[in-house]
Parts: sequence; C-alpha cells; structure tokens
Amino acid sequence: MAVATRKQKISALGWRHELLGLLFTSPWSLGFLLFTLYPLVSSLYYSLTRYDLMQPPVFIGLLNYTRLPADRDFLVVLKQTLWWVGFSSPAGVISAFAMATLLNTQILGRSVYRAIFFFPSIVPQFVVAIVWQFLLNINYGAINSTLRAIGFESIPFLSNPAYAKPSLLLIHMWSQGSAMVIFLATLQDVPRSLYEAATVDGAGAFRRWWNITIPLCSPVIFFNLVMAFIGGWQTFTLPWLLTQGGPNQSTEFYALNLYRNAFSYMRMGKACALAWVLFVIVVAFTGILFKSTGRWVYYEGK
Amino acid sequence: MATSVTTRKRAITNEQAAYWARLGPLGWLSEILKYLLLIVLAVTFMLPFIWMFSSALKDSSQVFSVPPIWIPRPALWQNFYESWTAWPFNLWLYNTVIKYAIPATVGTVVSSAIAAYGFARLEWRLRDILFAVCLATMMVPGQVTLVPLFIVFKKLGWVNTLMPLVIPSFFGGGAYNIFLLRQFFMTLPNELSDAARIDGANELGILFRIVLPLAKPALTVVALFRFMGAWNDYFGPLVYLSNDKQWTLARGLERLRGSAYEVGSSRMAYPYLMAVSSIITLPILVAFFFAQRTFIEGISLTGIKG
Repeated sequence: MAVATRKQKISALGWRHELLGLLFTSPWSLGFLLFTLYPLVSSLYYSLTRYDLMQPPVFIGLLNYTRLPADRDFLVVLKQTLWWVGFSSPAGVISAFAMATLLNTQILGRSVYRAIFFFPSIVPQFVVAIVWQFLLNINYGAINSTLRAIGFESIPFLSNPAYAKPSLLLIHMWSQGSAMVIFLATLQDVPRSLYEAATVDGAGAFRRWWNITIPLCSPVIFFNLVMAFIGGWQTFTLPWLLTQGGPNQSTEFYALNLYRNAFSYMRMGKACALAWVLFVIVVAFTGILFKSTGRWVYYEGK
Repeated sequence: MATSVTTRKRAITNEQAAYWARLGPLGWLSEILKYLLLIVLAVTFMLPFIWMFSSALKDSSQVFSVPPIWIPRPALWQNFYESWTAWPFNLWLYNTVIKYAIPATVGTVVSSAIAAYGFARLEWRLRDILFAVCLATMMVPGQVTLVPLFIVFKKLGWVNTLMPLVIPSFFGGGAYNIFLLRQFFMTLPNELSDAARIDGANELGILFRIVLPLAKPALTVVALFRFMGAWNDYFGPLVYLSNDKQWTLARGLERLRGSAYEVGSSRMAYPYLMAVSSIITLPILVAFFFAQRTFIEGISLTGIKG
C-alpha cells in the first residue's frame, strides 16, 4: 500500500525529478559536451585532414593512418614506448609493493619511513626532472663526481642511448609513493588470523607471503598495474625535461612525439591520428589485461 | 585527549617490546638487517632532495667540486633571495597561485560537489546512464582531446592566458572528483535530508547546509589535490603559455634551467636553479607535513595519483 502511493508520487513528479537531476549534474554534462564529446568528434575529423592551423584543414581520408606503418619515426617511437611501458609498469608496481611490504613489518618509526618513501611522488615532476638531471650529470652530478673521486669512470646516465631509459626507470621507481600507500592500506587489511592459521599449519614466511599475501592483494596489484600501464603510454614530463626524447631518440616516447607533431611540426591532423591510435592501443591492452584477470587475480567471494 | 595519546603510544611500545622479547638470535640478525635496509633506502630516497638543498647553498667554487660537497661552507643563504629576484618569479608565483591554482580549486570543488549531489542523492531516471558516461570519460587519454581543445581555445583568444587551464574546472571538475564525492555523499544518512525537506528546505539548501558541512574530509581531499595539480602542472602551461608574462612557476623554472645550460653561463646558475627548485618544493613539504593524513587517506580512497 505504502509502496504504491510512493510509486504514484514519483511518476506524478517524474518530470520534476528528472529536471532537478539534470540541473544538478549540468556543470558536468555541459563540460562533457564542450570539453570531451565535441573534441572527441572533431579530433576524429581532424585525424582525416592535413591541418597546420594557418590554412584551413584539407581532407585526406585515412592517409594519416595508412602512412604510419611505413613511418620510420613512428616505428622508432613505438619501439621505445613499448620498452618503456613493458618495463616501467611492472617495475613501478614491484617497487611500490616491495616498499609497502617492508613498511608492513613490525618496525619502529613506520610513519617516518612512510613519509620519506611517499614524498617523491608529490613533488612536481618538473622539479624532479631538473634535480635528477643535475644529480645524474656526467661531469659534476653528485653520483659521477663521487665515482670519479674514488677512481671509477663516470656513468653517462642521460647522454648514452643505452643508459637513458634505465635512468628514467630508476627515477620512476623512486616516485612510486602513491601506489605504495595503496598497497600498504591493502596489506594492513589482510586478516591476521589467516597468517596465524597458516603458521599453525607449519607454513614458513615465504609460503605465507606467496599463498596469502599475494592472492589477497592481487586485485590491487592488478589495479595498480593497469593504472601504471595507462600512465606509461602517456609519460611526458620526465623524458621531455630530462632528455628531450634523446639521446638518439632513445626516450622519444609516444606522448612526446605526439606533442612534437602537433606543436613543433604543426601537423595537427597527424597528431590527432596518433592520439586515436594511442586510444585504441590503451583500450585494447587494458582489455587484454582484464581478460587475463581470471587466471591470476583472486576476488573474494567468487 | 592527551591521556589517550599516551596510552596509545605505550600500547605500541608494549607490543614492540613483546615482539622483541620473542625474537631468537636469528630473529635479531634479521631485525638488524631490516633496519639497515630501511635506513639505506631512506637516505637514498632523500638523496636528490639533500643534493638539491645543499647545492642551493653553494658558491661558484663548490658547485663543481670533486668529490661533491654535501655541507657547503660557507653556506650562501642569500642564493634563495638572489635567484628568486633575478628572474620574475614573484610574477610567476602570482600567476600560479592567484590566476591558476585558486580559481581552478574553487571551480573544481563547487562544481564537482553540485554534480556529485545530483548523482548521489537525487533520484531520476537518466542518472545511472549519465554516471556511467561520466566514469567512461576517465578512459579517454588527454592526448585525444588535446588538439581540438587547443584549436577551440585559440579561436576564443584564450591562448596565452590561463583560461584554458582554469575554465574547464568549473564544468564538473573532472570525473575522478565527482566519483570521489559521490561515493562520500552516498554514505551520509538519508534521514538528514528528508528531515530538512519536511522543514521546507530545497535541494540546493540541503547540499550547502547539510551535506557539504558533513563532507569536509572529502572536500579537503579534492581541494588539496586540485591545488597541487595546478602547482605541479607542467604540460598545460607548456601547451598554452608562450608569453613569459603569463607563465607559471613550472615554465619559469624551465627558463632558469635553460640559462644554466647555455654556453658561457655563470657558475652560479646551478645553485640558483637548485635554490628555486627548493623554494617550489617547500610548500609541498609544508602541506605534506601538516596534512599527511589527508594525503594518504585521499590516495587510499581514490587510488588517484597525487
């Protein structure tokens, strides 16, 4: 009885509710139309044109896309980016998980260590790039001048194509504080009773870690891996400021090249095509990662 | 209050003592190794900041010294002042905070709260579909909309102003923030708003008088991260600001770096570069010191990057 009256009231006032809802969410929906949907559609259109901002866009069909497989620049960039995404996403997750595991043990002054491990991740990336550039400088950076003082050769961290990406990887692993905080919260949620029961059954530290910690954390590991992966494809500030994509294009990642095409070469059409290819790659790879979850991600209650 | 803190501290110490009492000789060894590892890691993590700060204090004879100097003598504290005033950093600070960070933060907090209220606490038929669309926009890489937005803002005459970085914040403030606030609003009991409705309050009144005061922790997280996002933003100013009158600190520091790497630059360029880097890092350090809980809870809450 009461339910029926309530239903009637909703349908009688339905249009008012609808209007109120639309009104409240209108800041977002207007923003969505102006700053997401319209740019998405027009980006798709621009990707079919040649456009340098000076002359009006010229329709060239799929040429921006079909030229890519033969574009040497694009292939080099794709290779460098695949290396970067392939190494940086697992390395970042491992670094964050290792720090969190260490902090989750019985230690005095945990909050101090947590603060120290976390802090690099909130410092502006442009400051990080500039400080590390000086720190890794081949002549007078702290590391190389120490090495030379004790009789070793300098390491060309940023000036040798073979070292540039690993150096970026090092900095990447150093700034994993946010992921670490997420892992730490997850680790602290693992019920102690499980560990106690396993200890009673005679499981050693490694087996407890492998059979309890890892499975219970796997959804969060997966989440962080996906985020790292999406972020990896879009890495910009650090390589842009540290190495400008060099030396010898060794750190010319996808987002750098896209920016260069748009704002240095004024190839707006090609930049849009590159962005759509990026979108498709990210969606496809994320989809594959999600498909693989059944194999290794443990969801409670499933 | 004071007693509860002491009890808590004593409880931790007792737990720690009991833990240590249980350790065998092998346990003690691994305990020592663990702290050794922690200390080495902590020093390594701080090394770039120590290097930044110590280099900021150096004079031209100490910057390029081999082996490196970690504690400069004499320490030139005036480097902070001289580097900051040698370039228009006051103007760039003004642009960053007054023209970018504050309006973007206000826009984000207000508009995401209003939108989140519509998604969390009003009942309407299109709601779930639109919310799904809102979440789906998080999947779109910024690069896809980069060029068309630039073209639009260029036609509007907004290039070389901070408008392209500020105005979009007033339109929902990003799907992440709407999502975060929606989740928080949904945890608040419905009885409060129902009571207010009976008393004749309208929905806007309920939002501002009842929901928002209760949602302060979540709003703080949104505001903190948005402000820091503006402070830390490099890509936006790079794309939109070519006139140095409009630059933010990010572009200013990049310009200073450019001067340090020019041929024939003064040796003091490096200490100056590190001094300004330290000054830009300091507010983040202070904010972190006072709001560590907000930072950490905010990140565990949303999983977003700081």
